[in-house]
Amino acid sequence: MHEWALIRAIIAEVEEAVKRGYELEEIVVYLGELQNVDRGVVETYLGEALPQIAPGARVRYETEPARFRCRVCGREWGLDAVELDEATREAIHFVPEAVYSFVRCPFCGSRDYEITSGRGVRLALAVKRSEETAG
Amino acid sequence: MGSIDPRLAGARLMLSRVKAVVPVMSAKGGVGKTLVAVLTALHAARMGRRVGLLDLDVTSPSAHIALGVDPRRLQPEERDGVVPPEVAGVRFMTVAFYTWDKPTPLRGHAVDDAIREVLAVTNWGELDLLVVDTPPGLRDEALDTLEYLPGPRVLAVATPSRLARVGVERLLAILEEQGVDRYLVENMATGPGSLEELAERYKARYLGRIRYDPGVEDALGSPEKLLATEMARDTEQIARKLLEQLGL
Ligand SMILES: [Zn+2]
Repeated sequence: MHEWALIRAIIAEVEEAVKRGYELEEIVVYLGELQNVDRGVVETYLGEALPQIAPGARVRYETEPARFRCRVCGREWGLDAVELDEATREAIHFVPEAVYSFVRCPFCGSRDYEITSGRGVRLALAVKRSEETAG
Repeated sequence: MGSIDPRLAGARLMLSRVKAVVPVMSAKGGVGKTLVAVLTALHAARMGRRVGLLDLDVTSPSAHIALGVDPRRLQPEERDGVVPPEVAGVRFMTVAFYTWDKPTPLRGHAVDDAIREVLAVTNWGELDLLVVDTPPGLRDEALDTLEYLPGPRVLAVATPSRLARVGVERLLAILEEQGVDRYLVENMATGPGSLEELAERYKARYLGRIRYDPGVEDALGSPEKLLATEMARDTEQIARKLLEQLGL
Protein backbone atom coordinates (compact mmCIF):
# COMPACT_ATOMS: atom_id res chain seq x y z
CA MET A 1 0.00 0.00 0.00
CA HIS A 2 0.96 3.61 -0.38
CA GLU A 3 1.44 4.37 3.36
CA TRP A 4 4.19 1.79 3.37
CA ALA A 5 6.36 3.98 1.14
CA LEU A 6 6.11 6.89 3.58
CA ILE A 7 6.73 4.61 6.57
CA ARG A 8 9.86 3.20 4.93
CA ALA A 9 11.06 6.73 4.22
CA ILE A 10 10.65 7.70 7.89
CA ILE A 11 12.46 4.56 9.04
CA ALA A 12 15.33 5.27 6.62
CA GLU A 13 15.63 8.83 7.91
CA VAL A 14 15.68 7.75 11.56
CA GLU A 15 18.22 5.03 10.79
CA GLU A 16 20.39 7.63 9.12
CA ALA A 17 20.28 9.89 12.18
CA VAL A 18 21.20 7.01 14.48
CA LYS A 19 24.02 5.99 12.16
CA ARG A 20 25.39 9.52 12.35
CA GLY A 21 25.64 9.07 16.09
CA TYR A 22 22.66 11.11 17.27
CA GLU A 23 21.04 9.85 20.42
CA LEU A 24 17.37 10.49 19.88
CA GLU A 25 15.16 11.65 22.68
CA GLU A 26 11.97 12.14 20.75
CA ILE A 27 10.61 11.33 17.31
CA VAL A 28 7.55 13.26 16.19
CA VAL A 29 5.66 12.13 13.13
CA TYR A 30 3.39 14.82 11.72
CA LEU A 31 0.50 13.55 9.67
CA GLY A 32 -0.97 16.20 7.42
CA GLU A 33 -4.73 16.28 7.14
CA LEU A 34 -4.55 16.98 3.41
CA GLN A 35 -2.75 13.74 2.56
CA ASN A 36 -5.00 11.81 4.94
CA VAL A 37 -2.80 8.78 5.50
CA ASP A 38 -4.10 5.87 7.53
CA ARG A 39 -2.86 6.78 10.99
CA GLY A 40 -3.51 3.30 12.36
CA VAL A 41 -1.27 1.71 9.75
CA VAL A 42 1.49 4.27 10.32
CA GLU A 43 1.38 3.83 14.09
CA THR A 44 1.36 0.05 13.91
CA TYR A 45 4.39 -0.19 11.64
CA LEU A 46 6.42 2.56 13.24
CA GLY A 47 5.44 1.39 16.72
CA GLU A 48 7.21 -1.82 15.94
CA ALA A 49 10.20 -0.53 13.98
CA LEU A 50 11.27 2.65 15.75
CA PRO A 51 11.98 1.23 19.26
CA GLN A 52 14.41 -1.18 17.64
CA ILE A 53 16.22 1.52 15.68
CA ALA A 54 16.23 4.21 18.33
CA PRO A 55 15.80 2.52 21.72
CA GLY A 56 14.53 4.82 24.41
CA ALA A 57 13.26 7.51 22.07
CA ARG A 58 9.73 8.78 22.69
CA VAL A 59 7.51 8.54 19.63
CA ARG A 60 4.66 10.94 19.12
CA TYR A 61 2.13 11.36 16.33
CA GLU A 62 0.46 14.63 15.56
CA THR A 63 -2.24 15.32 13.08
CA GLU A 64 -1.80 18.72 11.43
CA PRO A 65 -4.92 20.41 10.11
CA ALA A 66 -4.70 21.48 6.47
CA ARG A 67 -4.63 25.25 6.01
CA PHE A 68 -4.53 27.31 2.84
CA ARG A 69 -3.76 30.97 2.19
CA CYS A 70 -4.91 32.72 -0.96
CA ARG A 71 -2.24 34.79 -2.70
CA VAL A 72 -4.89 36.94 -4.37
CA CYS A 73 -7.41 37.85 -1.64
CA GLY A 74 -5.21 36.98 1.31
CA ARG A 75 -7.83 34.92 3.11
CA GLU A 76 -7.16 31.64 4.83
CA TRP A 77 -9.27 28.55 5.00
CA GLY A 78 -9.29 24.86 5.93
CA LEU A 79 -10.49 21.68 4.27
CA ASP A 80 -13.93 22.07 5.82
CA ALA A 81 -14.49 25.07 3.54
CA VAL A 82 -14.30 22.99 0.37
CA GLU A 83 -16.13 19.94 -0.86
CA LEU A 84 -14.14 17.03 -2.20
CA ASP A 85 -15.57 13.87 -3.67
CA GLU A 86 -14.00 10.51 -2.98
CA ALA A 87 -12.00 10.26 -6.21
CA THR A 88 -10.49 13.67 -5.57
CA ARG A 89 -9.61 12.76 -1.98
CA GLU A 90 -7.92 9.65 -3.30
CA ALA A 91 -5.83 11.62 -5.81
CA ILE A 92 -4.77 14.07 -3.11
CA HIS A 93 -3.93 11.15 -0.83
CA PHE A 94 -1.23 10.07 -3.30
CA VAL A 95 0.07 13.49 -4.32
CA PRO A 96 -1.24 16.34 -2.14
CA GLU A 97 -0.38 18.90 -4.85
CA ALA A 98 -3.21 17.41 -6.89
CA VAL A 99 -5.34 19.71 -4.73
CA TYR A 100 -4.43 22.54 -7.11
CA SER A 101 -6.22 20.74 -9.92
CA PHE A 102 -9.46 20.47 -7.99
CA VAL A 103 -9.74 23.25 -5.42
CA ARG A 104 -10.05 27.01 -5.80
CA CYS A 105 -10.06 29.68 -3.14
CA PRO A 106 -13.59 29.52 -1.68
CA PHE A 107 -13.67 33.33 -1.35
CA CYS A 108 -12.38 34.64 -4.68
CA GLY A 109 -12.09 31.56 -6.90
CA SER A 110 -8.36 31.92 -7.41
CA ARG A 111 -6.10 28.93 -7.87
CA ASP A 112 -3.15 30.90 -6.66
CA TYR A 113 -2.89 29.87 -3.02
CA GLU A 114 -0.44 28.10 -0.81
CA ILE A 115 -0.73 25.19 1.55
CA THR A 116 0.48 26.68 4.81
CA SER A 117 0.16 23.56 6.93
CA GLY A 118 -1.00 19.98 7.01
CA ARG A 119 0.26 19.05 3.57
CA GLY A 120 1.71 15.60 4.12
CA VAL A 121 3.89 13.46 6.32
CA ARG A 122 6.94 14.96 7.94
CA LEU A 123 9.26 14.15 10.74
CA ALA A 124 10.97 15.94 13.60
CA LEU A 125 13.78 14.52 15.68
CA ALA A 126 14.97 15.75 19.06
CA VAL A 127 18.40 14.67 20.19
CA LYS A 128 19.46 14.30 23.82
CA ARG A 129 20.72 17.56 25.23
CA SER A 130 24.13 16.20 26.23
CA GLU A 131 24.69 15.22 22.63
CA GLU A 132 23.62 18.62 21.40
CA THR A 133 26.02 20.54 23.60
CA ALA A 134 28.81 18.07 22.92
CA GLY A 135 28.36 18.54 19.16
CA MET B 1 13.44 21.01 16.79
CA GLY B 2 13.67 21.34 13.04
CA SER B 3 11.56 19.16 10.83
CA ILE B 4 12.95 16.67 8.38
CA ASP B 5 11.53 15.71 5.04
CA PRO B 6 11.74 11.92 4.91
CA ARG B 7 10.80 11.78 1.25
CA LEU B 8 14.29 12.05 -0.18
CA ALA B 9 15.44 9.09 1.88
CA GLY B 10 12.33 7.35 0.57
CA ALA B 11 13.22 8.24 -3.01
CA ARG B 12 16.70 6.77 -2.59
CA LEU B 13 15.14 3.51 -1.40
CA MET B 14 12.70 3.38 -4.28
CA LEU B 15 15.50 3.96 -6.79
CA SER B 16 18.03 1.67 -5.15
CA ARG B 17 17.47 -1.16 -7.59
CA VAL B 18 17.63 0.99 -10.72
CA LYS B 19 20.94 0.58 -12.54
CA ALA B 20 20.98 3.85 -14.47
CA VAL B 21 18.94 7.03 -14.09
CA VAL B 22 18.89 9.31 -17.12
CA PRO B 23 17.16 12.68 -16.72
CA VAL B 24 16.36 14.17 -20.10
CA MET B 25 16.86 17.92 -19.87
CA SER B 26 16.61 20.97 -22.05
CA ALA B 27 17.47 24.58 -21.48
CA LYS B 28 14.19 25.70 -23.02
CA GLY B 29 10.83 24.28 -23.99
CA GLY B 30 9.85 23.27 -27.49
CA VAL B 31 12.95 21.29 -28.37
CA GLY B 32 11.20 17.93 -28.34
CA LYS B 33 12.56 16.80 -24.99
CA THR B 34 9.49 14.75 -24.09
CA LEU B 35 9.46 12.86 -27.37
CA VAL B 36 13.16 12.11 -27.12
CA ALA B 37 12.56 10.76 -23.61
CA VAL B 38 9.55 8.69 -24.65
CA LEU B 39 11.23 7.23 -27.75
CA THR B 40 14.47 6.47 -25.91
CA ALA B 41 12.48 4.55 -23.28
CA LEU B 42 10.41 2.69 -25.89
CA HIS B 43 13.51 1.70 -27.85
CA ALA B 44 15.42 0.54 -24.80
CA ALA B 45 12.45 -1.63 -23.80
CA ARG B 46 12.34 -3.10 -27.30
CA MET B 47 16.02 -3.87 -27.00
CA GLY B 48 15.16 -6.07 -24.05
CA ARG B 49 16.03 -3.78 -21.16
CA ARG B 50 13.82 -3.28 -18.11
CA VAL B 51 12.83 0.34 -18.52
CA GLY B 52 10.91 2.95 -16.58
CA LEU B 53 9.73 6.35 -17.77
CA LEU B 54 8.96 9.07 -15.24
CA ASP B 55 7.35 12.34 -16.21
CA LEU B 56 8.52 14.90 -13.66
CA ASP B 57 7.25 17.90 -15.56
CA VAL B 58 4.59 18.19 -12.88
CA THR B 59 3.02 21.46 -14.02
CA SER B 60 2.48 20.31 -17.59
CA PRO B 61 3.00 16.60 -17.90
CA SER B 62 2.74 15.43 -21.49
CA ALA B 63 4.46 12.05 -21.83
CA HIS B 64 1.10 10.34 -21.26
CA ILE B 65 -0.31 12.19 -24.24
CA ALA B 66 2.51 10.98 -26.47
CA LEU B 67 1.92 7.43 -25.22
CA GLY B 68 -1.86 7.62 -25.53
CA VAL B 69 -2.44 6.95 -21.84
CA ASP B 70 -5.77 8.08 -20.39
CA PRO B 71 -4.92 8.79 -16.76
CA ARG B 72 -8.53 8.32 -15.70
CA ARG B 73 -8.59 4.75 -16.96
CA LEU B 74 -5.09 3.51 -16.29
CA GLN B 75 -3.86 3.82 -12.69
CA PRO B 76 -0.82 2.67 -10.76
CA GLU B 77 -1.33 -0.29 -8.49
CA GLU B 78 -0.93 0.21 -4.75
CA ARG B 79 1.77 -2.18 -3.67
CA ASP B 80 4.55 -1.08 -1.30
CA GLY B 81 4.00 2.42 -2.63
CA VAL B 82 2.53 2.79 -6.09
CA VAL B 83 3.67 0.55 -8.91
CA PRO B 84 3.66 2.24 -12.34
CA PRO B 85 1.56 0.48 -14.96
CA GLU B 86 3.29 -0.92 -18.01
CA VAL B 87 2.76 0.88 -21.31
CA ALA B 88 4.32 -0.65 -24.43
CA GLY B 89 6.80 -2.52 -22.27
CA VAL B 90 7.78 0.56 -20.23
CA ARG B 91 6.83 1.14 -16.59
CA PHE B 92 5.29 4.57 -16.75
CA MET B 93 4.68 7.11 -14.00
CA THR B 94 3.25 10.60 -14.23
CA VAL B 95 1.59 13.05 -11.89
CA ALA B 96 -1.24 13.13 -14.44
CA PHE B 97 -2.50 9.89 -12.85
CA TYR B 98 -3.59 12.12 -9.97
CA THR B 99 -4.49 15.37 -11.69
CA TRP B 100 -6.39 13.81 -14.60
CA ASP B 101 -5.17 16.26 -17.20
CA LYS B 102 -6.73 19.17 -15.39
CA PRO B 103 -4.56 22.28 -15.19
CA THR B 104 -2.19 22.02 -12.25
CA PRO B 105 -1.04 25.55 -11.54
CA LEU B 106 1.73 24.74 -9.09
CA ARG B 107 3.94 27.56 -7.95
CA GLY B 108 7.05 27.90 -5.87
CA HIS B 109 7.51 25.21 -3.31
CA ALA B 110 4.51 23.23 -4.53
CA VAL B 111 6.44 22.16 -7.65
CA ASP B 112 9.26 20.82 -5.54
CA ASP B 113 6.82 19.12 -3.15
CA ALA B 114 5.04 17.35 -5.99
CA ILE B 115 8.35 16.12 -7.42
CA ARG B 116 9.53 14.84 -4.04
CA GLU B 117 6.21 13.13 -3.37
CA VAL B 118 6.18 11.30 -6.69
CA LEU B 119 9.77 10.15 -6.17
CA ALA B 120 9.03 8.97 -2.63
CA VAL B 121 5.96 6.90 -3.43
CA THR B 122 6.80 5.32 -6.79
CA ASN B 123 7.92 1.76 -6.41
CA TRP B 124 10.10 1.03 -9.46
CA GLY B 125 11.36 -2.35 -8.38
CA GLU B 126 14.28 -3.56 -10.43
CA LEU B 127 15.12 -1.64 -13.58
CA ASP B 128 18.04 -1.34 -15.97
CA LEU B 129 17.16 2.16 -17.04
CA LEU B 130 14.93 4.92 -15.75
CA VAL B 131 14.36 7.76 -18.20
CA VAL B 132 13.13 10.95 -16.52
CA ASP B 133 11.39 13.71 -18.43
CA THR B 134 12.27 16.79 -16.38
CA PRO B 135 10.71 20.25 -16.21
CA PRO B 136 12.20 22.36 -19.02
CA GLY B 137 14.59 25.20 -18.30
CA LEU B 138 17.34 25.86 -15.82
CA ARG B 139 15.25 26.95 -12.86
CA ASP B 140 15.38 25.34 -9.45
CA GLU B 141 12.81 22.67 -10.15
CA ALA B 142 14.87 21.30 -13.03
CA LEU B 143 18.23 21.48 -11.29
CA ASP B 144 16.94 20.21 -7.92
CA THR B 145 15.80 17.07 -9.69
CA LEU B 146 19.45 16.20 -10.25
CA GLU B 147 20.01 16.15 -6.52
CA TYR B 148 17.09 13.86 -5.85
CA LEU B 149 18.12 11.25 -8.40
CA PRO B 150 21.00 8.91 -7.59
CA GLY B 151 23.99 9.19 -9.96
CA PRO B 152 22.08 11.02 -12.69
CA ARG B 153 23.49 10.90 -16.22
CA VAL B 154 21.90 13.69 -18.13
CA LEU B 155 20.73 13.49 -21.70
CA ALA B 156 20.63 17.11 -22.85
CA VAL B 157 18.39 17.86 -25.81
CA ALA B 158 18.92 20.90 -28.03
CA THR B 159 17.99 22.05 -31.48
CA PRO B 160 20.46 23.66 -33.89
CA SER B 161 18.72 27.03 -33.56
CA ARG B 162 20.97 29.75 -32.28
CA LEU B 163 18.71 30.43 -29.30
CA ALA B 164 18.64 26.81 -28.25
CA ARG B 165 22.38 26.75 -28.64
CA VAL B 166 22.96 29.47 -26.10
CA GLY B 167 20.65 27.71 -23.66
CA VAL B 168 22.24 24.33 -23.99
CA GLU B 169 25.70 25.85 -23.53
CA ARG B 170 24.52 27.12 -20.17
CA LEU B 171 23.04 23.74 -19.28
CA LEU B 172 26.21 21.87 -20.23
CA ALA B 173 28.33 24.35 -18.31
CA ILE B 174 26.24 23.83 -15.15
CA LEU B 175 26.42 20.07 -15.52
CA GLU B 176 30.18 20.23 -15.98
CA GLU B 177 30.48 22.43 -12.91
CA GLN B 178 28.45 19.93 -10.87
CA GLY B 179 30.44 17.03 -12.20
CA VAL B 180 27.36 15.34 -13.67
CA ASP B 181 27.87 12.88 -16.54
CA ARG B 182 26.27 14.29 -19.66
CA TYR B 183 25.26 13.41 -23.18
CA LEU B 184 24.04 15.66 -25.93
CA VAL B 185 21.43 14.97 -28.57
CA GLU B 186 20.61 17.31 -31.40
CA ASN B 187 16.92 17.28 -32.25
CA MET B 188 15.03 18.70 -35.24
CA ALA B 189 18.23 18.86 -37.23
CA THR B 190 17.76 20.07 -40.78
CA GLY B 191 21.34 20.04 -41.96
CA PRO B 192 24.39 18.14 -40.83
CA GLY B 193 25.07 18.02 -37.10
CA SER B 194 26.20 21.36 -35.73
CA LEU B 195 26.43 20.87 -31.98
CA GLU B 196 29.29 18.39 -31.94
CA GLU B 197 31.94 20.92 -31.08
CA LEU B 198 29.74 22.24 -28.30
CA ALA B 199 29.57 18.78 -26.79
CA GLU B 200 33.31 18.54 -27.04
CA ARG B 201 33.85 21.87 -25.34
CA TYR B 202 31.82 20.84 -22.31
CA LYS B 203 33.04 17.25 -22.28
CA ALA B 204 29.63 15.85 -23.08
CA ARG B 205 29.29 12.73 -25.19
CA TYR B 206 27.56 13.60 -28.47
CA LEU B 207 25.07 10.85 -29.19
CA GLY B 208 23.88 12.05 -32.56
CA ARG B 209 21.21 14.00 -34.37
CA ILE B 210 17.55 13.44 -34.94
CA ARG B 211 16.23 14.87 -38.18
CA TYR B 212 13.18 17.06 -38.19
CA ASP B 213 10.16 14.84 -38.79
CA PRO B 214 6.79 16.54 -39.36
CA GLY B 215 5.16 13.10 -39.39
CA VAL B 216 5.64 12.65 -35.68
CA GLU B 217 2.68 14.90 -34.88
CA ASP B 218 0.22 12.41 -36.37
CA ALA B 219 1.79 9.55 -34.46
CA LEU B 220 1.20 11.08 -31.04
CA GLY B 221 -0.97 8.92 -28.84
CA SER B 222 0.21 5.55 -30.11
CA PRO B 223 3.53 3.93 -29.16
CA GLU B 224 3.39 1.73 -32.28
CA LYS B 225 2.88 4.69 -34.60
CA LEU B 226 5.57 6.67 -32.81
CA LEU B 227 8.03 3.83 -33.26
CA ALA B 228 7.29 3.80 -36.98
CA THR B 229 8.31 7.44 -37.53
CA GLU B 230 11.52 8.80 -39.04
CA MET B 231 12.21 10.39 -35.69
CA ALA B 232 12.07 6.96 -34.06
CA ARG B 233 14.56 5.59 -36.57
CA ASP B 234 17.07 8.27 -35.66
CA THR B 235 16.35 7.90 -31.97
CA GLU B 236 17.00 4.17 -32.13
CA GLN B 237 20.66 4.82 -32.91
CA ILE B 238 20.83 7.23 -30.02
CA ALA B 239 19.21 4.77 -27.62
CA ARG B 240 21.69 2.11 -28.72
CA LYS B 241 24.65 4.41 -28.10
CA LEU B 242 23.23 5.49 -24.76
CA LEU B 243 22.84 1.91 -23.52
CA GLU B 244 26.39 1.25 -24.62
CA GLN B 245 27.65 4.30 -22.73
CA LEU B 246 25.74 3.23 -19.64
CA GLY B 247 27.13 -0.26 -19.85
CA LEU B 248 23.67 -1.80 -20.09
ZN1 LIG C 1 -8.85 34.15 -2.62
